[in-house]
Formats: sequence, structure tokens, C-alpha cells
Amino acid sequence: MGLTIAEKILAQHAGLDSVRPGELVNVRVDMVLGNDITAPLAIHEFRKIGLDKVFDRDRIALVPDHFTPNKDIKSAEQCRELREFAREQQITYYFEIGRMGIEHVLLPEMGLALPGEIIIGADSHTCTYGALGALATGVGSTDMAAAMALGEAWFKVPETLKFIFQGKLHPWVSGKDLILYVIGKIGVDGALDRSMEFCGPVIEALSIDSRLAMCNMAIEAGAMCGMIAPDDIALAYVASRAKRPFAPVWPDEDAEYERTIVFDAAAIEPQVAFPHLPENTRGISEVGEVRLDQVVIGSCTNGRMEDLRLAAGLLRGKKVHRDVRLIIIPGSQQIYRQAMHEGLFDIFLEAEAVISTPTCGPCLGGHMGILADGERALATTNRNFVGRMGHPGSEVYLSNPAVAAASAVTGKISAPWEVL
Amino acid sequence: MEGNVHKFGDNVDTDVIIPARYLNTSDPAELARHVMEDADPAFLQKVRLGDLIVAQKNFGCGSSREHAPLAIKAAGISAVIAHSFARIFYRNAINIGLPILESPEAAEKIAPGDRVRVDLAAGRIDNLTSGEQYQATPFTPFMQDLVEKGGLIPYVRWRLRSDAGNRKPDTENSDR
Ligand code: SF4
Repeated sequence: MGLTIAEKILAQHAGLDSVRPGELVNVRVDMVLGNDITAPLAIHEFRKIGLDKVFDRDRIALVPDHFTPNKDIKSAEQCRELREFAREQQITYYFEIGRMGIEHVLLPEMGLALPGEIIIGADSHTCTYGALGALATGVGSTDMAAAMALGEAWFKVPETLKFIFQGKLHPWVSGKDLILYVIGKIGVDGALDRSMEFCGPVIEALSIDSRLAMCNMAIEAGAMCGMIAPDDIALAYVASRAKRPFAPVWPDEDAEYERTIVFDAAAIEPQVAFPHLPENTRGISEVGEVRLDQVVIGSCTNGRMEDLRLAAGLLRGKKVHRDVRLIIIPGSQQIYRQAMHEGLFDIFLEAEAVISTPTCGPCLGGHMGILADGERALATTNRNFVGRMGHPGSEVYLSNPAVAAASAVTGKISAPWEVL
Repeated sequence: MEGNVHKFGDNVDTDVIIPARYLNTSDPAELARHVMEDADPAFLQKVRLGDLIVAQKNFGCGSSREHAPLAIKAAGISAVIAHSFARIFYRNAINIGLPILESPEAAEKIAPGDRVRVDLAAGRIDNLTSGEQYQATPFTPFMQDLVEKGGLIPYVRWRLRSDAGNRKPDTENSDR
């Protein structure tokens, strides 16, 4: 019997010929990731184990991205813990501000998430790297600590759901819309514990940035991971970046799926998720009148070059609505610089938007754009839970960057073509 | 363990369990002061040591923050019973030793304020108020082992002691 891509990667890393869904396996991990919120806890737990050294200083990434540049004294203390641990253990991939990015933007960009690998991160959106054919999944701080000690993690082999996208993509529809559409169909626990495999002609034509945005939100359906089999586009992306040798893995022709769901992309319009769950999606034509106080373009979902270019294309020569604050957050230093070189900053500043240094910032209600009671934001981020961006009485709507940019101009949730 | 029940609905997410505005610390006692605050601002005042949380589907969805089960545990909650748990929360709870039980029947039938007793090893839940009894999905042997060793860190210490080789947890079938 053939294996899905997740099964095959797990089997290889467990030293087995084959695995079946439901089986528990202990696997070797290629990379262990933590950030300024989750790594301090992991470091405390690591100390309890009593080892002096981490398993491999080249296979741990520490990224202070959530509350950085340090938003308050306690955050500064947490970042210091991270920094001191990185120095003590001589961690190769510690990314200080000025050289960093949002972790899930940064790792693919730096060639630290590669096809066929297993990557665990003490952050739920670690699943992003499935876009490059890595089995990547979020874990907690204690799992991170154990992996820093042993270089291993235990998993239950997931069932796999296969999503095939056929037909022709609407021009304003991106990976973000495809995943919002799927979550709207199957619900926030629709892929609980599962691997989601995305394929079909629409996915094959999708850019890497769009694929990363898509797999980023697999966790929003409850999944262990979101996977796209590596193709020429993915292999070309990693070729010049890879920091270590890797071996791509593809699903078998006769792999067994729990369920296969086929979507016609032509039927999918830009999506908006209403408060307070990512599954509350509507097509843009069914949104109605939703006035906004703030628009955020950024995050590990949509803070990449493609996203900023899309936004700039719509904002060129226009002004942000006078009742709206537009906050743009490039996902990494590299993207920040590239956007500046391409003249996107001029467009954003002309439009009277704010440009932030790379940070998670408002995405999780940290800093750089917290909402007051009753305020409403449209964001290109991935979660719209109660209080996610600030006051529990505020509201977050989710969309792609084109809808976000257009809406910043009109002051209400709008389709991109309304401002053309 | 025995206590009174505080009931919640579907998709209780980790942002509600412990909002990010309190994540600039990982001190369990400090986190516990804000547990469930965005779902029920009076929650902490109502909780007595040993009380239980009973919730519906997908409890603990969202972020991987281990601060969520830590805050629940430090607030004195003895166990969480739910129809189902989100994957990372489930792992984290087992890893840090917060007892959790999956039982759709208990999640449906237990009423707010009911007094409930839990036998973790047997996976049995007794509703002392209604006299009903419910069965939870049993832990797999590997997870039972983790729980008995006191969580993942003691397990890792045991692993490092027992041998330095490539020991694997015994391969087994499970539904979790
Ligand atoms: S950008 Fe948001 S979702 Fe992504 S890692 Fe940061 S806080 Fe998490």
C-alpha cells in the first residue's frame, strides 16, 4: 500500500519502511524552532533535564519576533533569556532584531525549512513549511525542550485529507482565499489531527508566497500539517537557499487518503472571515457594509513580497480613508529592504500608511496596533478569535492583502476591483 | 479528583484561555490570575481548588502556547473534560501533567455546577449530582506511561538514563 507524503516522511525519520495512520512513532527532527514567547518556557524545561548541551546547535532556531523590538520590560527579560541561552549554547541560528523576520517568513527565506524534512516549532503556525514539502508542525514548549535534548519527537501518524483544486483561479484570488474557503467548508476542527495535502493544477500554478500562506493556516482547520508535494517551483525556491543537504519526498500514486475533496477554483471569490472564527467565511460579494477602524497587512500569513506588491498596486496614487489606520508590516528584513528598493514604501507613505519593522506585533495583540473596545480591524493575519488583536470587545476580520488594501482606501470591506 | 464543574462551549481557543497581553511572563501563578478572563471575567473568583472545566468540541484550539494548560493547572483546576481537544493543547496538557479526558457524553450531559469525580486511570467520570457515570477515551499505553512518569521531562530523563541509544516508544495503535 502506498504512502501519503506525511506518512512517508514520518516513516523515513523513524527508520521504518512504512507506517499506518494511528501508529505512534518516535522521529528524528531536522529543525527545532522557538520564539520569544515559547522558548523561555522551553529553556526552563530544558534546564530541568540536566544536560549541558543541546543535541545539535545547527538544528535549533531561536527567533525573537513576537513582542520585539521589546515592547515592555518583561518582554525584554524574555528576549534576554533567549539571547543568553543562544550565546551559551552557541546556537547558529539565533536571529537578533535587525537580522530577523517573523519566524515562519524567515525560516523558508533562510533555507532552514527544506523538502522532506521534519521541523517542529513551539509555535502553531510552524505548519507553514509544508508548502515546501517539509512535514512541519507546531508543538508546545516542553516538546521543544525534549527535542533540544534528544533531537527527537513523538507523533501519532495522521490520517491524510486530500484537497484537489481544479479549474481557473479568479485573478484576485490567492492562496489565502483558497485556505479560507477550505476552512469555511470543513470548519475549525474539520481536519483535527490530520495532514492536509493540497494538489491539482491550481496549486501547481501557485506562487511560493501563496503556497506558504495556504499551508500557514492548516492549523486553523485543526490539522497537524498542510502539505504540498515539492515541484519545480518549490525546488527552484530552495535550491539557492538551502543551508544543508535534503531529500525531497513525494506521495505514492497509490497512497491511501481518508477523504478526497475536489474544489472548482472558478467558484471561489476573494474570502473574508468574520469574527470570531476563521471558519466564518463569506465570499466578498456577500460581505455587505462593514466599516473599519484599522487595516493590517503583514504576519506570517501575508507579510511576503507578493503580498506587499499586491497591496502597493492597489494603493498607488490613492489615500487611506480618513477614518482608517493602515499598518503595513514586512515579514522580514530582506522583504523590508526589497520593498524599499522596489519603491513600495513611497507608495505606502504617499497613501498615508504606517510601515513597521518586522514583528508579529498586532497579529496576536502584542503591540504596534492594538484595538480598543468596539473597534474593528481587517487583517491579512490568520486568527480572529475574541480579543486576538486587543480588547475582547474588538473585532477582527481576515482577508487577502488585495482586499485589505482596497478596504483601507474605501474605509469598509471592499473588493479590489472597487478601487481600480 | 473531585470538584464542581465550570462549563464552556465549542472552540474555546488559547487566546481566550490566556490572552497574549499576559504572555510577557511564563510564571504559572501570574498566568493563573488571568485564566479564561476573556470568556468569563469572573471565572477566577468562582473557581475552588479541584474544580473541573467541561467544554465541547475542539477545546484549546489556536496557538501552541503552553501557557494555556499551565494557567489552567495553576488556577487549581484538577481536570478538563471535553468532547474533543485541539491537537497541540492535548499534547501540551499531557506533557505538563494536566489531566484531560475526552468524553462526548460527559461533555453533553454534565451541567454547570454539577459535582463530578474523576478516576483518571480507569477513565471513569462520576457525576455525583445526577448519579450518572460516563466513560472517557482511554489513554494509549505510551501516554499513560508519560502521565505516570510525571510528564515529558521526567520521561526524557528516564530515556537518557535507560540508554543513550535509539529507543523508540513501543509502536502501538491508537485513535489519538
Ligand atoms: S505573525 Fe501572528 S500568527 Fe504568525 S507567528 Fe506571529 S503571532 Fe503567530
